[in-house]
Amino acid sequence: MSWFKRSKQNISPESQKRSMPDGQWIKCQECDEIIHNKQLEINLWVCLKCNFHFRIGADEYISFLMDDGSFKEYDKKMKSGDPLEFVDTKKYSERTSSTIKKTGLNDAVKTGIGKLNGKKVSAAFMDFRFIGGSMGSVVGEKIARAIDRAFENKIPLIIISQSGGARMMEAAYSLMQMAKTSSRLARLADAKIPYISVLTDPTTGGTTASYAMLGDVILAEPKALIGFAGPRVIKETIGKDLPPGFQRSEFLLEHGFVDCVVQRKELKNNLSALIDFMM
Amino acid sequence: MASNILDFEKPIAELENKIREMRKYEDNLDIKEEISSLEEKVVKLKQNIYENLTRWQRVQLARHPERPYTLDYIYMMTKNFIELHGDRQYRDDKAIVGGFASIDEYKVMIIGQQKGRDTKSNIYRNFGMANPEGYRKALRLMKLAEKFNKPVITLIDTPGAYPGLEAEQNGQAEAIARNLLEMSRLKVPIIVVIIGEGASGGALGIAVGDRILMLENTWYSVISPESCSSILWRSWEYKEQAAEALKLTAVDLLEQKIIDKIIPEPLGGAHKDHNKMAETLRNELKSELAALIKIKPEKLIQNRLEKFGKMGVYTE
Repeated sequence: MSWFKRSKQNISPESQKRSMPDGQWIKCQECDEIIHNKQLEINLWVCLKCNFHFRIGADEYISFLMDDGSFKEYDKKMKSGDPLEFVDTKKYSERTSSTIKKTGLNDAVKTGIGKLNGKKVSAAFMDFRFIGGSMGSVVGEKIARAIDRAFENKIPLIIISQSGGARMMEAAYSLMQMAKTSSRLARLADAKIPYISVLTDPTTGGTTASYAMLGDVILAEPKALIGFAGPRVIKETIGKDLPPGFQRSEFLLEHGFVDCVVQRKELKNNLSALIDFMM
Repeated sequence: MASNILDFEKPIAELENKIREMRKYEDNLDIKEEISSLEEKVVKLKQNIYENLTRWQRVQLARHPERPYTLDYIYMMTKNFIELHGDRQYRDDKAIVGGFASIDEYKVMIIGQQKGRDTKSNIYRNFGMANPEGYRKALRLMKLAEKFNKPVITLIDTPGAYPGLEAEQNGQAEAIARNLLEMSRLKVPIIVVIIGEGASGGALGIAVGDRILMLENTWYSVISPESCSSILWRSWEYKEQAAEALKLTAVDLLEQKIIDKIIPEPLGGAHKDHNKMAETLRNELKSELAALIKIKPEKLIQNRLEKFGKMGVYTE
């Protein structure tokens, strides 16, 4: 019998994931309030009762952050090349093609140039629905080009992050995207062009450990999960439950790693005001 | 010692033991010929085994508990090493070491992750898993090198950045991200050598450079085979498959154009001959340094930007 055994009694099981029912009415996963689809959309997908910020995709952020019809998407057709011919329980190439079909996205980020309260910006919007918003070659390259568009046009850069981290199926290539994007941000910083990073639920792993944490100003939506290691891994490492609110936006604010926690309906005006100070 | 012999090393160890036994009777019995034929057999067996290692077996070699670690290389390759401590903000992280050192005529800043050899030293070194203060210490030393125009050498050997509660609270992600940005615009040459394990952001946090070298039996990837197995296969049992899928060996990374060069190890691995390994690495570093110190800082930074800019595969 082993005398050295990990104690599991301090670890409680994962909470069950609750999914949104399809249809006209949506149940808030935080307070169970039933909200009409249209009403939720008008309120920018924030619960009217408890202020819970629903996770939304790239298109939704574009819809309320960019001035109407001003956003021009770039590198729309860029797709992963599956350089390693990666296979786990499923082929990576099949995983990407079925995700493309399901989501209508070609990868986990949309990038382009648009206007924010009349100001031209280079913007990137990540989307968790595409393999957990993971960063592979496509995300890295598209973010790098978005940075370059800000650099070349001397316009501010805004990145909305929403990502589980680097994409495993592109292994070392994914890892190198962290260096690729960060080195481009160094050049942007040297040119004194502002970069505002917006962290949404969730922003973890290699994404956090590269461009997401490198903004001149870092904003976060309320209660977003933000960290390097995932909570499950940390829980396993330390053998204890994590304190309430750990790795949430407010926790990062408290420890000095984000500038402001911003309500979704104030995000656009906040970004706009910040740009006015920095440009 | 016996416990440190890996499965695929066993046939070699058995033969070597046999030869050792026979040597004892060499003077009394006429077995010289037999011994030399066995010795030939060992060499052939070794070549055969080490040329055909699976990726998982390479991972095991990269983790071999008798491999030279960062401080071993520093003591074997350099002179006048002065270890510098602390991030000047919080505390001294024992999982990352660094300081000034001389490699013959070159004065350099040498930094690396440090593992321990036994339970006690492993706890002291946190198994080579750095906290944010470790990355901040490394950056402080690199800035020091830049200030006094000295090249930087980093030695990579980590199972990952430490996934602890304090590490998160103190900004593990920010510390790594900051290093990536600052290393990419550091005005002095940076040579990176993967000497053991290169796991994920924890490795990359001190691995942005002008030349990326990998020792023959090391691995470098976005995640360890075990963690990859647990996430994608939802079980720890698929580490061999995960290692194959991740294509994480030196040969793989050279093919992927992520590293610049593979440095050969002594037959059987770096742990078989520490001095020879250190000598090979020292010579490699000297020739890299000779070439890099001639390049102007602006050009160095531009090349670095382009180097990482090219990494990745996509279609348009």
